[in-house]
Amino acid sequence: MQQFIQNLAEKNQHQVTHLLEILREIQARYHHIPADAIEQLALLLKIPRTQIISVVEFYSFFTDSPRGQYELLISDSITDHMLGKKNLMEYIVSKLKVGVGGVRSDGLVSLDNTSCSGMCDQGPAGLVNGHALTHLDRSRIDTIAELINQQIPLADWPAEFFQVDDNIHKPGLLLSQGIVHGQALKKAMARGLKATLQEIDQSGLRGRGGAGFKTAMKWQFCSEEAENERYVVCNADEGEPGTFKDRVLLNSYAHQVFEGMTLCAAIIGAKQGFLYLRGEYLHLVDKLQSVLDERRQFGLLGNNILDRLDFDIEIRLGAGAYICGEESALIESLEGKAGIPRNRPPYPVSQGYLGKPTVVNNVETFYAAAAIAVNGGDWFASVGTAKSKGSKILSICGDCARPGIYEYPFGTTMQKILTDCGAEDVLGLQIGGPSGTFISNQEFDRKLAFEDLATGGSFIVFNNSRNILDIAHNFTHFFAHESCGFCTPCRVGTSLLRQQLDKIVDGHGSAGDVVALEELCQLVKTHSHCGLGQTAANPVLTTLERYPELYQSQLKLISYEPGFDLDAALETARRMANRDDAGAHLAQTDAE
Amino acid sequence: MAKIRIATTSLAGCFGCHMSFLDLDERLVALADLVEFDRSPITDIEHCTNCDIGLIEGGVCNSENVHTLREFRKNCKILVAVGACAINGGLPAMRNFIPLEECLSEAYLDGIGVENPQIPSDPELPLLLDKVRPIHEVVKIDYFLPGCPPSADVFWAFLTDLLEGREPSLSYELVHYD
Repeated sequence: MQQFIQNLAEKNQHQVTHLLEILREIQARYHHIPADAIEQLALLLKIPRTQIISVVEFYSFFTDSPRGQYELLISDSITDHMLGKKNLMEYIVSKLKVGVGGVRSDGLVSLDNTSCSGMCDQGPAGLVNGHALTHLDRSRIDTIAELINQQIPLADWPAEFFQVDDNIHKPGLLLSQGIVHGQALKKAMARGLKATLQEIDQSGLRGRGGAGFKTAMKWQFCSEEAENERYVVCNADEGEPGTFKDRVLLNSYAHQVFEGMTLCAAIIGAKQGFLYLRGEYLHLVDKLQSVLDERRQFGLLGNNILDRLDFDIEIRLGAGAYICGEESALIESLEGKAGIPRNRPPYPVSQGYLGKPTVVNNVETFYAAAAIAVNGGDWFASVGTAKSKGSKILSICGDCARPGIYEYPFGTTMQKILTDCGAEDVLGLQIGGPSGTFISNQEFDRKLAFEDLATGGSFIVFNNSRNILDIAHNFTHFFAHESCGFCTPCRVGTSLLRQQLDKIVDGHGSAGDVVALEELCQLVKTHSHCGLGQTAANPVLTTLERYPELYQSQLKLISYEPGFDLDAALETARRMANRDDAGAHLAQTDAE
Repeated sequence: MAKIRIATTSLAGCFGCHMSFLDLDERLVALADLVEFDRSPITDIEHCTNCDIGLIEGGVCNSENVHTLREFRKNCKILVAVGACAINGGLPAMRNFIPLEECLSEAYLDGIGVENPQIPSDPELPLLLDKVRPIHEVVKIDYFLPGCPPSADVFWAFLTDLLEGREPSLSYELVHYD
């Protein structure tokens, strides 16, 4: 192991910023991060070992105790549940003879849940040693159990298990006409970089991750900072459950995304770019590397691009942390640290990666910017609404006949989208993922737009067979799991929210419990440090607002009931004291 | 006017909150003009009846705590969680990270110096809950007085607010600890 780690450190030039890369390789080889490896790495990288431990503990793909040689993770997104994940998980447990969260005694296989793996249109999905598995069902599990028992290497598993489809059903403004490689850069150079930034400004393009900050303004601010070193970062940490459009863009349109990044670099004056790819998309890495190589061969990346520009792009992988989709947490992660959001201001445009001005944009934003550089701002702005120009690429999943990728002009109604994707008997929609909004079937005339229903791409359809409380329950558990733990309102608040909602859903709620839940929601929302905590209560708030009677109907007509089983809490003591008299039991409520 | 009746007790606590209450010192004389004590370590009354205010120190660690808490809830118009243990479980809740089975084994079966190892099983003894709970997870609580312990000034501000018919509120200075 010593030699392995030494080589690994050398391969990464002893750079602390590469800590995640290094740890990924150690985890892949040893299926955990051994304490000895941490000691050795601390010396090699000249950092305290606690710094490494904090990173190991932060990311869910790193573990400090050994996992199986086959680390199997099953996606826990609501969409996987809608496709029968719960039953499937029980089947996996019985078939593989390993509990959820456990390692089988022979050390061959471990099993656990993981947050949405971005395969919502082809689930139930999972990951085995980081590689995406799609369309899991009982027969595939039977085969997988065999393959694992016979210790067949992943390379020899059936390729269709790992097949990931694009499922593009409705291309629009951007998807229907690609650009020729290098065309955006050539046009921009010919037009002039200032004039091109002007075109992007003219186009009205706003950030496609969900927040919707004006792209031209961001690039302008970054270029105006008095620094020599600048960075371009493409945020491909697509972790919002129900979102998978960036996966498709990177799978089939990576050239245009990289071209958008290079364009940004030319405009702001950056020499280095990063694609921060979520760890769940490991399967895309080789393909993306070859696209980068191709661009280097074409002279569209590297030194002297079109005789004007030096710029290159490095791919960096995450390790299972939703919070790293937040731009400042992403930068921390790029620097090899735990993904804890920074205080803002200063914003990344003035102090980003290594403290230098950095533009962080979503995959789709760079993709759109490249097209705008070719076709002009007016072309883009001719579509959409007054405040939301252009089109939006949606990843649609859940209860519909044709889940997949759809592109619409802003201003399109929900009803139109639902009809296109073949959704019937609809109960409601989750727009923008768990951090977004739930809307009921009374609101389908509402529009896709920043000023009405904004989304980073997630669009989940629920039909009338679904239970609203199950949805809120899944999302609330998601946030409690993904809270980075930095600030108390979010770390404690999301857990309390989970506990309080569980109490109501499990039927232990009484008179004041919904009010208490709502108060808790407001507290978490208003006091949290970053967007995660500020939106963590949305699943409860948006459904409570629409279906108050549903929450109330869960409550018992008594003033109070404990949220846990009181009598069961005495079981251990009862057994050990060998008692079963009346005094050794407790009633759940005070009925005396 | 009839005096306001107050009951107090300590569950899984250290009586530190009660000691802090006694730090009201000379203000206790003024308080005594307005209130009288029902069940409390101060009076040695064993059970409470029809009280206005119940002050609970400590979390819930065993079945007796549950019964006591329910008696207070039933007999007190206003029930107050006093101090860190009542509110969060506090120090006793540190055992929550160790399975109860291990705690009992260490204390009564395999600990160093244990003679005649056996788990006490007299019906008179309350059984331990698997986890120490804050009191609001067992009954409804109306107010929370933070602190370890809450200072005498906190008790004073809270009780005078209530006695004078105001909605109790604690100023920033009273709940600022560093």
